Amino acid sequence: MMRLWRRLGLGALSIVLLALLWEAYKAVGPAGGVDMAGLQLLPRTTDLAMPHIADMVIRALEPVNSSAGSAPVWIAVLLAGVSSLGTASVGLLIGSVIGVLLALLMQRFRLAESAVLPWLVLSQTVPLIALAPLIVSWGGRVQIGAFEWERWMSVAVIAAYLAFFPMAVGALRGLQSPDAIHTELMRSYAAGWWKSLLYLRLPASVPFLLPALRLGAASAIIGTVVAEVSTGAKGGIGRLIIEYAQSGSSDPAKAYAPIAVAVVMGLIAAGVVAALGLLLPRYRRNEISA
Amino acid sequence: MSIPAPSSASAVDVRGVSRVFRTGKGQSVTALDDVSLTVAAGQFVSLIGPSGCGKSTLLRLIADLDTPTGGEIHVFGKTARQARLNQAYGIAFQSAGLLPWRTVAANIELPLHLHNVPRARRAERVRELIELVGLADFAASFPDQLSGGMQQRVAIARSLAESPGLLLMDEPFGALDEMTRERMQAELVRISAETGAAVVFVTHSIPEAVFLSDRVVVMSPRPGRIRAIVDVSLGEVRGELLREEAGFFAAVTEVREALHLDQAAPARGMDLR
Ligand SMILES: Nc1ncnc2c1ncn2[C@@H]1O[C@H](COP(=O)(O)OP(=O)(O)OP(=O)(O)O)[C@@H](O)[C@H]1O
Ligand SMILES: [Mg+2]
Repeated sequence: MMRLWRRLGLGALSIVLLALLWEAYKAVGPAGGVDMAGLQLLPRTTDLAMPHIADMVIRALEPVNSSAGSAPVWIAVLLAGVSSLGTASVGLLIGSVIGVLLALLMQRFRLAESAVLPWLVLSQTVPLIALAPLIVSWGGRVQIGAFEWERWMSVAVIAAYLAFFPMAVGALRGLQSPDAIHTELMRSYAAGWWKSLLYLRLPASVPFLLPALRLGAASAIIGTVVAEVSTGAKGGIGRLIIEYAQSGSSDPAKAYAPIAVAVVMGLIAAGVVAALGLLLPRYRRNEISA
Repeated sequence: MSIPAPSSASAVDVRGVSRVFRTGKGQSVTALDDVSLTVAAGQFVSLIGPSGCGKSTLLRLIADLDTPTGGEIHVFGKTARQARLNQAYGIAFQSAGLLPWRTVAANIELPLHLHNVPRARRAERVRELIELVGLADFAASFPDQLSGGMQQRVAIARSLAESPGLLLMDEPFGALDEMTRERMQAELVRISAETGAAVVFVTHSIPEAVFLSDRVVVMSPRPGRIRAIVDVSLGEVRGELLREEAGFFAAVTEVREALHLDQAAPARGMDLR
């Protein structure tokens, strides 16, 4: 418990330090920034390029725009963050299921590993920006009875596309992690593939699955935000990031609120995975004693 | 055809078994060459010999964890594979191989769990076995909280869980201190006598082999062969006093001479404890 508080404290301290660095550079740095041979090395320090932290906070407390009944910025971005987090969770869930199934397939059949793994690696080299509009246009054609494909579902699919890869690789390494002595023990008990999976391979995978899940969650969030930006899906944090950035020249402090929320989303995801790890201590004994 | 059916009276029947490992680039290692050995039901047989003479390989073949390149192996009249599927043997390796996420009790319970033994019977059996290996206070501990010797005792209890008719043990006491080792040896003699289980026991220690066994199989390396089989026959009752008897020393000397037939110095990898 003490360690948890220490880590939280250190995390808070690092945020304070970052804020201090920002303000310090803004105070002493040249207004035009630092450039060398035409290359911009350090940013401009004008209020337009680098608003004061305090201004960002104040702006977040004010209404989104001047129209009557407009909600404060912080509420708008928080709602958008919750919506994006939901989409990312759906994406992570789909990605995890697919990733673990692929890993099981590759563990079960050697041939599948050599046939499938290169494609998985290749799949991650396709640029997300190129993929997003494609998936949206495919989704647009899906209509089964009363079910209608919505924009956020395309976003979730894109998130899943990024999240499944670390899950598949992590799960495969975990499933293959048991030593020969353990697999031979299972063989001596005449335990088939399914029982070996339940009693040996899955429990042995936990120390590999947790970091994979952390990576997968981060990928799902990045995928969600980028997909929202590139498809313009409404309601998500990605949409607000572009919307607020467009008002940048007149309202520079506003753009930082959705960015802060995106960071918080990542922290929440990491926190949930860490909490999950705390629930499974017996499967992490190797990790702890090592 | 001409080979008579193996009698079901023998626990292990190894006939003309060879195991050649291909080590790549056309090279190969003959780990076992034309080895024949019969272990009667209830008999205690030790395998002894210098490092690399194929003791573990022979044990693994009997356990059907590996397949011979020549010859046949029968366990209780069935093929080694069928015997494994029927759970005819319990096995303990040189290292304990406990599952780190299971407690001591749950590790011993593992084979019973895998074979759907009812919960109440499982609990009862685990209690007995945990008593037997003297770890009653550690039932709820995890393997990483135990010493190496304690882990090995858990592994031995696990191999006994289903009261098998055949025990296969590959240097199970190698990690134990001398005192625990002698206690476990006495326990093992008692268990095999009580349960009537046959035991194939790999060891590097001549006194250990002699103390435990009805017969000591002396092997030689490259290619792995059986050099001699020493009948110990020191009687049914093997108390601690046996270790001081003349017959004991005579058998130790006989095994030692069989081991060192072709050399004056003790073979490498041999432990003369
Ligand atoms: N999987 C394998 N691949 C190639 N060679 C092997 C393999 N397993 C064993 N060998 C070889 O077979 C021979 C016998 O090995 P084995 O492990 O049976 O010896 P051992 O008598 O148990 O030795 P030790 O007393 O050191 O345990 C050795 O020369 C070894 O190199
Ligand atoms: Mg060996």
